[in-house]
Amino acid sequence: MATLNCEIVTAERIVFSGDVDMVVAPGIEGELGVLPRHAPLLTALQVGGLRIKQGREEILMAVSGGFMEVLPNKVIILADAAERAEEIDVARADEARRRAESRLAQQANEVDTARAEAALRRSLMRLKIAEQVRERQRR
Amino acid sequence: MPSAREIRRRIKSVKNTGQITKAMEMVAASRMRRAQTQVVSARPYSDKMRSVLGHLAIISQRAGGQLHPLLEQRPIRRVGLVLITADRGLCGGMNSNIIRSATQFILDEAGAPVTVVAVGRKGRDFMVRHGRNMMAEFTGMPEHPGLIDTLPISKIIMDDYSSGGFDQVYLAYTQFVNTLMQKPVLRRLLPLEDIRESGIELPIDYIYEPNAETVLANLLPRYVEMQVYQAILESIASEQSARMVAMRNATDNANDIVNSLTLSYNKARQASITREITEVATAAGAL
Repeated sequence: MATLNCEIVTAERIVFSGDVDMVVAPGIEGELGVLPRHAPLLTALQVGGLRIKQGREEILMAVSGGFMEVLPNKVIILADAAERAEEIDVARADEARRRAESRLAQQANEVDTARAEAALRRSLMRLKIAEQVRERQRR
Repeated sequence: MPSAREIRRRIKSVKNTGQITKAMEMVAASRMRRAQTQVVSARPYSDKMRSVLGHLAIISQRAGGQLHPLLEQRPIRRVGLVLITADRGLCGGMNSNIIRSATQFILDEAGAPVTVVAVGRKGRDFMVRHGRNMMAEFTGMPEHPGLIDTLPISKIIMDDYSSGGFDQVYLAYTQFVNTLMQKPVLRRLLPLEDIRESGIELPIDYIYEPNAETVLANLLPRYVEMQVYQAILESIASEQSARMVAMRNATDNANDIVNSLTLSYNKARQASITREITEVATAAGAL
């Protein structure tokens, strides 16, 4: 079966690189799955979970925005931030969530509110994905 | 032959110089380590971004359309050159190498009047001395800059390119290869170079989500910012590496000189002792 070469990079490092069967990414217009020989596509990404299917394994990742280029046999994801679910620092994400919530409660000016909302979304997403992975391990 | 005292004075002065260069070597070495990790870990992202944008450049050429101001190709009347050098010297031939290739580009290759945007004091000083057109200068970059420190530079370039001031923009910087080797590089930044990678069949057109304008409007400025940032990181890593090597050579040379001076000092000292003994002996014989 044809596979897809997938590379996920952030400004700091290469997060993932390898041949995979399927990538499900949080596109700006909604989640989209990419199989080999997908039509060429260029999309912005939103904050969300990313799934990679590699044989029987499924890898979960948290992505905070960026871009994805899809070519027939290759997917390149330029993420603003990305980490594997196992790498997520739950305590830190929880801390970030609390900070964002308290800042939202203070109701400062518009820019601050928008920034806090974005931070809140990112931390919630991280927590959710970390939770999913833990659940999967329990099973 | 110089007197023993004179030699002693020189030994002392060379030793002092050696100590200073040794200290500079150590400072450069510790800065170098951080700069190198920073540049190496930032590379994959900007490389990938370059290949994505390279595909995009080819597609936009094929489409013949003007998808975004930063993709526009125009006849070349004015060329911008971002010259990235170090703020300080004492780093071997690094600054002169990059300035030389920039000068050659300005005089021979550009094919149109060149305006310089100087990043780093050395490049600025050179361009001022030679009366080149200069649009902006940025000196005093922090040692480990974040993307945010380089945004003003990329903003100037993009503003000028979009408003039709520059028809082409080049980046001149020193690429970090390894500690012993740095390579001056001159690369076109705008309009985008078309980079053809082997093994990838290029599509006729993309599906854009949500649409071409939005994606490009987000992606292109970020691309320019990343390329400028990466070039500056490369330069800083090169500078610190070159300085460490230069200072290590200087320290070694100082040690060599101290050794040979010590030898001549001992010779001179012995000669003077021998002479004194002979004098005493002669005097005793005469009595």
